[in-house]
Amino acid sequence: MATTMTMAKALNEGLRRAMEKNPKVLLMGEDIGRLGGVFRITDGLQKDFGEDRVIDSPLAESAIVGTAVGLAIRGYRAVCEIQFDGFVYPAFDQIVSQVAKLHKRSDGAYNMAMVIRIPFQGGIGAIEHHSESPEPYFAQTAGLRVVSCSTPNDAYWMIQQSIECDDPIIFCEPKSRYWEKGEVDLETPPAGLFDAVVRREGTDVTLVGYGASMKTALRAAETAAVEGTSIEVIDARSIAPLDIEVMAKSLEKTGRVVVVQESPHTASIGSEIISELTQRCFYSLKAPGLRVSGYHVPYPPTRIEEDYRPTVDRILDAVDRVMGFES
Amino acid sequence: MIDEELVQLLTPEGERVENSEYESTLNGDEIFSFYRDMVIIRRLCNESTSLQRQGQLALWAPIQGQEAAQIGAGRALAPMDFTFPTYREHGIAWCRGVPPENMLRLFRAVSNGGWDPQKYRHSVPTVVLGSQTLHAVGYAMGIQRDGAEEAAMAFFGDGASSQGDVLEAFVWAASFNAPVVFFCQNNQWGISTPSTVQSKIPLYHRAHGFGFPGVRVDGNDVLAVYEVTKRALDSARVGGGPTLIEAYTYRIGAHTTSDDPTRYRIDAEVEVWKHRDPVERVKALLVREYKVKNADFDDVAAEADTMALKLREDVLAMSRPDPITMFDNAYASPHPLIEEGRREMIELGISGGEL
Repeated sequence: MATTMTMAKALNEGLRRAMEKNPKVLLMGEDIGRLGGVFRITDGLQKDFGEDRVIDSPLAESAIVGTAVGLAIRGYRAVCEIQFDGFVYPAFDQIVSQVAKLHKRSDGAYNMAMVIRIPFQGGIGAIEHHSESPEPYFAQTAGLRVVSCSTPNDAYWMIQQSIECDDPIIFCEPKSRYWEKGEVDLETPPAGLFDAVVRREGTDVTLVGYGASMKTALRAAETAAVEGTSIEVIDARSIAPLDIEVMAKSLEKTGRVVVVQESPHTASIGSEIISELTQRCFYSLKAPGLRVSGYHVPYPPTRIEEDYRPTVDRILDAVDRVMGFES
Repeated sequence: MIDEELVQLLTPEGERVENSEYESTLNGDEIFSFYRDMVIIRRLCNESTSLQRQGQLALWAPIQGQEAAQIGAGRALAPMDFTFPTYREHGIAWCRGVPPENMLRLFRAVSNGGWDPQKYRHSVPTVVLGSQTLHAVGYAMGIQRDGAEEAAMAFFGDGASSQGDVLEAFVWAASFNAPVVFFCQNNQWGISTPSTVQSKIPLYHRAHGFGFPGVRVDGNDVLAVYEVTKRALDSARVGGGPTLIEAYTYRIGAHTTSDDPTRYRIDAEVEVWKHRDPVERVKALLVREYKVKNADFDDVAAEADTMALKLREDVLAMSRPDPITMFDNAYASPHPLIEEGRREMIELGISGGEL
């Protein structure tokens, strides 16, 4: 059975289904109950599941995550909503020193099963701290897993798969895509939580992205096709760990790779992808791997954010460079 | 001596004190067993300090002076309560049944934890101080949702009382009326920083601003600590909400074996507090009121020595873990980078594990 819905609705339905299946699943965050969250992702859930399971919290991110740790020790699975990407940093210690490490510190006695949902990336014309890409910080931390959805179908399934996972998940939601509709298959998940998928097949260049960048990447591939360049587009989906096999298989075919991401490129997910692919596919490479990223500046005022975020033109420029590379 | 609102049931000389709100409910056998616990934990601490000085431990965090605070609080707990310690709660760990050798695994640097926290209902040590108070509140919120008559207890000190996490924990505990007791051992020093730098008001006064009761108890009086803690736990378990207990005490020893307190505090201050010794005052009471004989005290000392000897043997027997164990429990479910690391370690011959 398939139905069409927005990513916001798909997340809402995914959360609802997870809560119906497992009474230990709780939602916690600022303004998520009566208001339904600033993006309405949890709309109606407090009414249906009660204030004990959909918890309107005081305004303190470290406490949202820190109390989720205690709930996890007690056997609950909290889904924490961080209102915006730039607000996650007050919880940084709880995430990297507690959530990530307590399974190890307890010799496996604690499972830190929880999901920390972060609406991330830009594109909504917001003020500062509402458009950032913090995922590289978390990808670097052992003990965490980081995923991102790019379609309503993935949103519906990946949120449920994340809640079922016994490890803590940083769940990055591309907020600029919340209101776009897509088909959701209510019966069968599209892939495993940590699988990358090929969104468009091609033969000349492998273009890897995740989250909001996927839409831009697919547009770039369409434009390139008109110009005669065949781009294979891969949605990484899992940022940590990376499903590098799917990317390597593609690169062995194309010999060229471009990664698109909104974070600055230093020590980024794109850096890791290109490093891993270079190591695995060195003799298949026809050009050095390139990253199309945000610039190494604080996220700019959003009147100029579209010149910061990767655009179709910047992706095509990178595609031209890898296509024109001569060894 | 400190504050007219200080709850004290026993003077430093071991004389009983009338208190309008609290009275001791313990009989002579129980008080003797508290004495025993304090002597054993002090012996454990001294043995551990020696082990560190002999190069057998990477570090040790002494608790001398704080035995009454920890044994009084630890003995007030019910079996199903759950405690969230720092790295200095050896007395609480003892009361929870954690084997002494397990307490030293962290300090021997063979583990980041040391015991099964679910088995003993005593969480693993917290080194980033303050974070554990939020874990206790979250756990308490779980207790509420389970409808259980249990409580969580968070331990921290005067230093960590300045951490944002502790203050957030106060806010949350109050907002959700969580069954949690905050037990602050004000031992006067956060390494070299006096508690007067952490707070311009008595720490227990802070609770009032958050909307729940705060009590200052003589942390060197095990009878008072027990009664104050028991009442706070009893209240939390039946929906009475959180309490902040400030156990006013003193860290006689160094912050850790890496510290040199002579650089920042004067001997005279330490001497004043040595006269308020938590073990001696109970002993005085036991002799005067319950006619406990020297032979009984000698038995406890002998038991403590036996424990210390076994502890030493156990610690020396803790060998370097196989490096491949670093990959255990990094994640709960299979992870490609864990498999990759494990494989590399075996291929390089660093570990004798099997592929």
